[in-house]
Amino acid sequence: MTEQVLSLMIFIPLVGMVAILCLPARAHSAIRWTGVAATVPPLMLAVWLLRHFNPTAPGFQFVRHGSWIPAFRIEYFVGIDGVSLTMVVLTALLCFICMIASFGIEKGVKGYYALFCLLDTGMMGVFCALDFFLFFVFWEMMLLPMYFLIGIWGGPRREYAAIKFFLYTLLGSVLMLVTILYLYFAADPHSFDMTQLAVLVRDHIPLKVQILLWFALFVGFAIKIPAFPFHTWLPDAHVEAPTAISVILAGVLLKMGTYGILRINYGILPAATLAPAWSRHSLAFWCLAALGTFNIVYGAIVAMAQSDLKKLVAYSSISHMGYVMLGMAAFTPQGINGAVLQMFNHGTVTAMLFLLVGVIYDRAHHRDINGFGGLASILPVYTAVTGLAFFAAMGLPGLSAFISEVLVLLGAWREYPSLTIVAASAVVLTAGYLLWTLQRMYLGQPNAKYLTLPDMTFRELFTLAPLGAIVVFLGIYPTAVLDLQSPALLRLNEQVRAATAAPAPDLYAGGPLAQRAAPETRE
Amino acid sequence: MSTTDSLAYFLPELVLSAAILAVVLLDLISTGPAGRRASELPGSVALIGAGTALVLTLGLPSLGLRGLLDDPTRTWLFSRMLVFDGFSTFFKVLLGLALLAVIWMSSGSREVRGQPNEGEYYALLLAAGLAMFLMAAAANLLMAYLALEFVSLVSYVLTGFLRHNRRSSEAALKYLIYGGVASGAMIYGMSWIFGLTGSMDYAGIARGVAALDPASRPALFLGLVLVLAGFGYKIASVPFHMWAPDVYTGAPIPVTAFLAVGSKAAGFAMLLRFFYFGVGPGSPLASIPVTQLATVMCVATMTLGNFAALGQQNMKRLLAYSSIAHAGYALLGFVVFADAGVKAVLFYLAVYYVMNLGAFWVVMLVANVSGREDLDGYRGLAWRGGALPALALAVFLFSLAGLPPLAGFIGKFAVFAAGVQARLYALVVIGLLNSVVSLYYYARVVKVMFLDQPQAEDPPISFRLGDLGAVGLLSLATIYIGVRFNWLLERADEARRVFTG
Repeated sequence: MTEQVLSLMIFIPLVGMVAILCLPARAHSAIRWTGVAATVPPLMLAVWLLRHFNPTAPGFQFVRHGSWIPAFRIEYFVGIDGVSLTMVVLTALLCFICMIASFGIEKGVKGYYALFCLLDTGMMGVFCALDFFLFFVFWEMMLLPMYFLIGIWGGPRREYAAIKFFLYTLLGSVLMLVTILYLYFAADPHSFDMTQLAVLVRDHIPLKVQILLWFALFVGFAIKIPAFPFHTWLPDAHVEAPTAISVILAGVLLKMGTYGILRINYGILPAATLAPAWSRHSLAFWCLAALGTFNIVYGAIVAMAQSDLKKLVAYSSISHMGYVMLGMAAFTPQGINGAVLQMFNHGTVTAMLFLLVGVIYDRAHHRDINGFGGLASILPVYTAVTGLAFFAAMGLPGLSAFISEVLVLLGAWREYPSLTIVAASAVVLTAGYLLWTLQRMYLGQPNAKYLTLPDMTFRELFTLAPLGAIVVFLGIYPTAVLDLQSPALLRLNEQVRAATAAPAPDLYAGGPLAQRAAPETRE
Repeated sequence: MSTTDSLAYFLPELVLSAAILAVVLLDLISTGPAGRRASELPGSVALIGAGTALVLTLGLPSLGLRGLLDDPTRTWLFSRMLVFDGFSTFFKVLLGLALLAVIWMSSGSREVRGQPNEGEYYALLLAAGLAMFLMAAAANLLMAYLALEFVSLVSYVLTGFLRHNRRSSEAALKYLIYGGVASGAMIYGMSWIFGLTGSMDYAGIARGVAALDPASRPALFLGLVLVLAGFGYKIASVPFHMWAPDVYTGAPIPVTAFLAVGSKAAGFAMLLRFFYFGVGPGSPLASIPVTQLATVMCVATMTLGNFAALGQQNMKRLLAYSSIAHAGYALLGFVVFADAGVKAVLFYLAVYYVMNLGAFWVVMLVANVSGREDLDGYRGLAWRGGALPALALAVFLFSLAGLPPLAGFIGKFAVFAAGVQARLYALVVIGLLNSVVSLYYYARVVKVMFLDQPQAEDPPISFRLGDLGAVGLLSLATIYIGVRFNWLLERADEARRVFTG
């Protein structure tokens, strides 16, 4: 059983897709419930994983090894550790919620749910894959359904947004593919095994090249995070995408960027992470800490200027993902723990925000912040839930995002005090745009046009309630997640630090792909 | 091997020749003197002939001839004119499949079916197939030239098959003129090579090149460049590609597909055999900048093909430019000039066969029912009765763009992996960036089919499920190869083993 859990989680949605394709196109409710049914087993298995995962055990768990393409030594190799566990759970949860949140889709229901199932498979696969080739296949596999989901079911500028998302991400994956191939041939013996690659390539690639590879990978992942200046696809894609897809985009897809950096940049090229790369600072400083801090401030300032509620939430994502980048660049236990916790928390909080935007859009058919007013008296339940989500996004103590942001700032303080001051001050900006929005939309005189708007339905509440519960629960008891992820993260932390503290002198000599005998330091 | 002994290994070609004669005769008999009523017969006979040739090609190695393939010395047929080895068998299987598919495709094409000269069409198609078989096996300059000319001459006629269509005639004329120039250049280059090495067959050339004194190298280079021009014309690589867009647009769609898939594969077979086998990676060729030249060709072909495809409004023309670009990707494998490269090219061509043929097939189906080949004719295709063909075309196009888990990704992966292994990083990055560019125009077609809504003037269309059989088969193959491709890699590996042992 333990061997098959992850494969089941990955491929059950695919089975669901096939089932949906076999249903008649007019059987809308059958298709919808099949979609939901395809996401329930992964969610149950995710809960099972939480119970059976052993945080202190080193290495990967629930591993499944299978031969796939012997000619290239490609394996079907999946497994999870503390870094990916929370992401797998988040994916399973959000996919389930979004299936239900998509019940409002009326056009091309069959295609929509089939593509959504495919997307689910791709996302789950990315977080579970431990073979670099497999990882890449899953990574790219998400693009197609995403393109169609935005392009067919999106808003007025959907086509532009879809192709922009597609091209940006593909550009990033091109860089990733070159790096994958380089690493494969540099490894001795040739390998795509993500768990072994670090050891296999360590002595065969000079540090300068490693830094280059690190940067190429980073650009690929930064497009996904998205980090300035690669972020411009995000507002378009988020605004045009249907509600559930926005949730998936912000809740899961963005995390793939930071997850990739943790798993691949840190995991395979640890030496390049902290080695001085440019003007005496490391890539971790420039690409993650400095850029992350910039993202925090930039995202917040741009969000403040938005009048479209969905765009505001989109830019707030850029800002919040900046904390993840800053935290993971610090290489302190608090920093890296905070970063991964923030990935999870941002996933739940931003999912709530996008769902709430969807709720009001379904009723008023616009998202102009200034076009509302006094909604609190018309939609009390909706306002209460929105308040919870907004305060969580703001980082109010007692709610989940507070813990992760504080951990990030604490962790970063030791390494980058000046950046931390900037990042911490940006909390004011965040509070500013969120409170201002709250005031414009929910307080004041009710807009006469909207006096008869119905409050949230049971289905809408049902999608938001689990997320709200998690936000509150993790605000009070964050140890639940921290205990699961911390040992693995600390190991990763140590691995990167150790690789930098004592770089093998060999690293600086020799050409690329130098095939010489391995020194004794090899494990 | 003497001529009579060789005949046993020449069975597929003999069957094809017999089929050509049979089709011509049957056409004569089955059409009455007046009215010229076309019948199904020529098409069926052609299909059977091509099928038999394919089966024989597959069967020959197991007909007790297996030992010959493992023999390090190659089996020369007809007094060192042709070679029977794993490499030629690989290509013959590929070409046989292409021939078979194109005959099947033609039988459903509105442009071909019911034409008064339908019988001649099939005879010509079979002749082109035969000639391509010869191209794949030729290991002698004379034979290579004859085979290439044979393919070209038949192709000119096939391109101009639509007699009352001005575009078709113009395309044929253009093809003829370009072809004449290219083959002239090639035979001139061959004469230089013969003069320098004193041999016509590739093994003799290899010896001659090895013994060549350094002072003659510029002359050899000139000869090689001219020969490369001839091959470049056949595979439609820049700067010898100018014929391709017009010919692809003008020719009947099955012919276009055959040119894009078969002609290109045969051209690559010849190119690889000549440069690897005749000249050889181990020879002093390393000091002659042929690979540098091929690098330039490769970059120019990929880039021009992709950028020119961006603005195309006609599907056939778009696919023509895309096929130019794909010749560029395959050339990357050639530039590697090592075993891994040959293997990658073979693999790539096999994958390319599946997805490109599929794409042309859908184009034909749409043209059959709507009579349109322009992109606007595809507007909202998925929403007005064409969901299945639209879906299939999307699979083929995304595969051509190189997205996993489709076959095209694996093809590109193999080629780029060979490039990285040979440390051609810049070339690989250019290739990958090109595939990002290509995604734009492939996705544009998908967008028109799925994202755009049909307008009032777009009629609802319907396809017979029977027509979709082949397309469905090819799209399933595209997905299947994308996930399970080890067997194909092994076949390609076996085929390239004849070169370097």
